Parts: sequence; C-alpha cells; structure tokens
Amino acid sequence: MEELVNLFHGFAVALQPFNIMVMVLGIVLGVIIGVLPGLGGANGVAILLPLTFSMPPTSAIIMLSCIYWGALFGGAITSILFNIPGEPWSVATTFDGYPMAQKGKAGEALTAAFTSSFVGALFAVIMITLVAPLVASFALRFGPAEKFAVYFLAFCSFVGLSKEPPFKTIAAMMIGFALAAVGLDSITGQLRLTFGSTELLNGFDFLIAVIGLFGIGEILLTMEEGLAFRGGKAKIDLRVVLQTWKEMPQYWVTSLRSCLIGCWMGITPAGATPASFMSYGIAKRVSKNGHNFGKGEVEGVVAPETAAHAAGTAALLPMLSLGVPGSPTAAVLLGGLLIWGLQPGPMLFVEQKEFVWGLIASMYLGNLVGLIVVLTCVPIFAAILRVPFSIIAPLILVLCAIGAYSVHSSTFDVVLMLVFGVVGYLLKKCNYPLAPLVLAIVLGDKAEEAFRQSLLGSQGSLGVFFSNSLVGTIMVLGLIALFWSAIQEGYSRLRPHSVA
Amino acid sequence: MTTNSPHAGPTHKAVEAGVTLLIALFGAIVVYGSIKAGINWGAEGPRAGFFPFYIGIFIIASSAINLWNGLRDGDDGLFAEWGQLRQVLSVVIPTAIYVGVMPFTGLYLASIIFIGWFMRWLGKYSWLVVTAVALGMPIVTYLIFERWFLVPLPKGPIEEWLGL
Repeated sequence: MEELVNLFHGFAVALQPFNIMVMVLGIVLGVIIGVLPGLGGANGVAILLPLTFSMPPTSAIIMLSCIYWGALFGGAITSILFNIPGEPWSVATTFDGYPMAQKGKAGEALTAAFTSSFVGALFAVIMITLVAPLVASFALRFGPAEKFAVYFLAFCSFVGLSKEPPFKTIAAMMIGFALAAVGLDSITGQLRLTFGSTELLNGFDFLIAVIGLFGIGEILLTMEEGLAFRGGKAKIDLRVVLQTWKEMPQYWVTSLRSCLIGCWMGITPAGATPASFMSYGIAKRVSKNGHNFGKGEVEGVVAPETAAHAAGTAALLPMLSLGVPGSPTAAVLLGGLLIWGLQPGPMLFVEQKEFVWGLIASMYLGNLVGLIVVLTCVPIFAAILRVPFSIIAPLILVLCAIGAYSVHSSTFDVVLMLVFGVVGYLLKKCNYPLAPLVLAIVLGDKAEEAFRQSLLGSQGSLGVFFSNSLVGTIMVLGLIALFWSAIQEGYSRLRPHSVA
Repeated sequence: MTTNSPHAGPTHKAVEAGVTLLIALFGAIVVYGSIKAGINWGAEGPRAGFFPFYIGIFIIASSAINLWNGLRDGDDGLFAEWGQLRQVLSVVIPTAIYVGVMPFTGLYLASIIFIGWFMRWLGKYSWLVVTAVALGMPIVTYLIFERWFLVPLPKGPIEEWLGL
C-alpha cells in the first residue's frame, strides 16, 4: 500500500496551481503540435525542452509529458477531419475516421477517438502505477551484464517488430550507436572519432538529431508531396458527445484488447504506430462488423486510437523504471531528466519519489484535462490547419532552429540540425526507420559502458551474458526478438495452407 | 511546373544505392577512426575504439546486404519527380543560407528575412501579411524565450544597437 500513499503525495504535487497551469499549457501546445504537419511529439518536445531549463524538474516533466499527451490527442483531429494524419500513429485512424466525417458524423468520430484515447491512456497509467515500482525494485539488483542485456533486448525488439526491412533497421541503429560514440570516451577519457574537430568534442546531442530528423525531414517530405487541405467541418456539441458515450460501452472487448496490445507494444520499443495498425488489423479480423471497416465504422476508430494512446503512455514505463525509453518521445523526456540533473533508472523510485509520483499523478490528471480541452476546443484547433503551409513551414523551420540553438547555445548545432534534416529526408524516403537511430544515440554510451564493464569483469569472455539465469533469459528473449521475422517466415513455410 | 517531361526523375533504385553507399562510407570512417583510437585491450580493459570498431563493421556489413537486396528486387519506380525535388531544394537552400548567416546577423534578423522571403516567394502573399508575420513571429519568440523563460538566443549588431 506504500504505492498508494506515494500516489496521493504525487497528486498533491501535481495539483499545485503552478503545475496545473503548466499542465494545461502543455496540453494546448501539444495538441497544436499534433495538428501541425512537420511538428510531431518527439521534435515538438525537443524544441520546447529548453523552455523548462529554469523550471523545477517536476513541473518541467509535467509540462513536457503533457505536450506528449496533447500531441497524441491532436493527431486524431487531422486524421478524421482532413484525412491527413498529423502523426504517424494516427494513420490507422484515417481508415474509418475520415469516411465517418464524410458521412457527416465527424462529431461522433472525434468523440469516439478522444474517448478511446483517454481510456487507453488511463489503462496504461494504471498499469504503470502498479507495475513500474515492481520493475524498478527488481532492476535495482541489475549488474552491468543485466543492464546490457536489457538494452540488447530493447534494440533486438526493434529489428524483429518494425515493418522496415531488418537490415535497414540494423543499419539505422548502428549509425545511431556510431554517432553516440563520437567525442570523449567516458571510461578511458580518450578522444575518438572527432578527427581533430573541436566542435565534435562533446559528441552529437540526440536532441539536435531529433529536431533535424523528425522536424526538418518531415517538412521536406511535406514540401515534396505538396499539401492541399480540404477538410470537413468540426463541431462537437454536448448531445453528440453524450450520444456517442452511450454507444461506446458495447465496444468494450475491442477496447480492452487494444489496451493490452498498446501496453505491450509500448513497453517493448515498438511504439504507438505499429500498435495502432496491429490493433486495427486484429479488430477488423475479429469484429462482427469487420466487413464494414474502412467505410466509417466507430469500432475502426476505437481500436487504433486506444492502442496508440496506451502504447504512447506505456512507453514511459521502461523509461522510468529501467532508463530505457520505449519511444523517441520518451527518449527526449529521458534526455530532459539528464539535463535537469536526474539519473534515469530504478534509483529514481528511491531517491526522487516526489518527482516520479508527481509525474505519474500528472498522467492521470493530464489525460483528463486533455480530454476536456480537445472535446471543447476542436473547432479552434481545426482552424489552425487552414493556415496555408507556406506560412506554417517557415515558422516551424525557425522554431526548429531556435530549439536546436538553445540546447547548448551553439550555432554549430543549428547547422547540424539541417544536415540531420536532409539525412532524415533521404533515409525516410529509402525506408530506413528513424526511431532506432535516435534511441541508439540516446542509449549508445550507456549500452557501451555496460558492455565494457561486463567484459572487464569476465576478462573479455562473452559468456558473461549467459552466466546466470536472469541475464541469460533476457539475452535469449533478445535473440528471439532479433530473429522474430525469420522465425515467423519459417513457421509459415512449414504450414503453407494456413497462410492468409 | 517542370520544363522537361513532367514525370521524369531519378529512379528509386539509383538513389537508394547511393544512400546505401554513403552509409557504408560512414561505416568505413567509423572503423578508421576506431582503429586510430585503439581497438585492442589496454591496461584499463577494452580501449576507446573497441566498441565503435564493431559498430562500424556492422554498418558496412548491413549496408552490403541492403545494397544487394536493393539492386536485386528494389523499387523500380521514381524516387521523386524533378519538380518535387526542386520544391525540396527550394526549402533546403534558403534554410542553409539562413543557418549560415545566423552567427553573423543573429537569429532575429535572419528569421525575419527568411520568413518574409518564404511567404513572398513561395506563398505569394501581399507585403502587408508578409510583414506582419515576419515581424510578429520574432517578437513573440523574444517575449516567450528571452523574457518569460530566460533562454538567451543569438543576437547580432542590430539587437546590440537596440540595446536588447
């Protein structure tokens, strides 16, 4: 019951007037970020991170995590009204959300989307409240070999679960590790891969990479496609909301299944996007209305939205308890922790109780605030999308430059941001996933440190990663995840008649 | 829009092969830098280049496989039409200039010109709208970042002259 007491303390922290204020501010900014093309959860949080440098860490994390929830909510608005997913995880929401809007049922679709987002998030937060302290206390016993095994598992899951070709995922990931290695080696204090450049002494900051890869890269992609918005009208009144809420409980099975898929995909670093697709796909196959999916079925909005939000929220569980972020946005939040002087990982639950539980409590409140904000302000947010791209684009580019500069007050970082932007555009076009690249930059140093410390202890023998049942189990799980697609392929070859 | 045939452009296969080769080159640089830093065991265990050396090897190896896969059964379609690439460059080049002059002019002046140019050239807005947005955005930025959240942004001679 100690957790419950802690949680109440957390609510006391989150309900302080200043924290409520940053919560609402964060949600509103987040929805705007979610609505605008080119600004997503990860780079939106990265750009606004410098604003929190002068705040107390608890308020700072509340604001940034609320930006994240806002972005998750916001993605649905553009998907349903304009058939343009504001975020990758809301692509699946367009399948049924947009047809509903075309039939004049935009209000129902939006209400269903927001409500299922809330349900998914709530489910994931409750799970975090119950499970995170257990995982953290378990992880306190981890030595370097176990730590490396956890990183290994996280990165292998990327290879096995992502929809991109496995060797492209590996290449992207390894580029991230290589960028992380540039600069001062933390163990020997030696310089490496700097090639005499003083700018590279401190290595590459992943925040710059996030802003460039996701922000600038996305703008370039949008420029290439040439955007034209033609959208439905957005209006939600109380009658529509209540009507839709009355219908929602009949989809409880879909909802529960999507919550579970979301939580699972969020904890393993697959993230919100595959979670929403998977949830939509399964719902289509299982539901008795499955044949109507794609023509404007409420259930087809409920499934992806619930899963995306559950996954987005659950991604914070490994970040808080293990120091391994489950998504790029969680990685940016983790970078924030380091900047505010906190050490991510299981010790947070021991040393920074107020911070951790304040954050968890704010997740309950933030999602409730988010639901109210989006339900009441949809027309305003939809109006933002009518601002032409040739005004939005330069403003976002300038914002990205400001964000990149203010991380280290360095104009060299702004140049790097542009380079990352062009690289991001090319990689994205060539079907390389960017999330593992970013996560590898964040975790590269820690993974390397754990790896080298383990080898030091074992005199260079790789056997240390299988030396006890715990580390062995995690490594084997990692290997299974790594070869998952190959295993699946082999399995379907063995049973050719069962392949759909 | 385009001067030559409207649906011409570089093929996806060619661009992808180029990108893959660049990644492999990056891997080779990493391997070279790691060898310079030392990849064997020293007095304090594995030396600085030990870990990145294998990372570099992985990059080269996976690029080789990606190159093979891409050439064998890659996408035969277009990477993008020339007109689309021109659109992309019409953002990249001004942004590069914007980023390049920022250390000399400061962020504000560069942003005003950049936003103004973008809206006038690509958006064809009237000067009134252009001026309003191009001046408004930096002012709002100044208030939010420097005044309320105390984050200093790069300034040039004009801000100094104004005493900001």
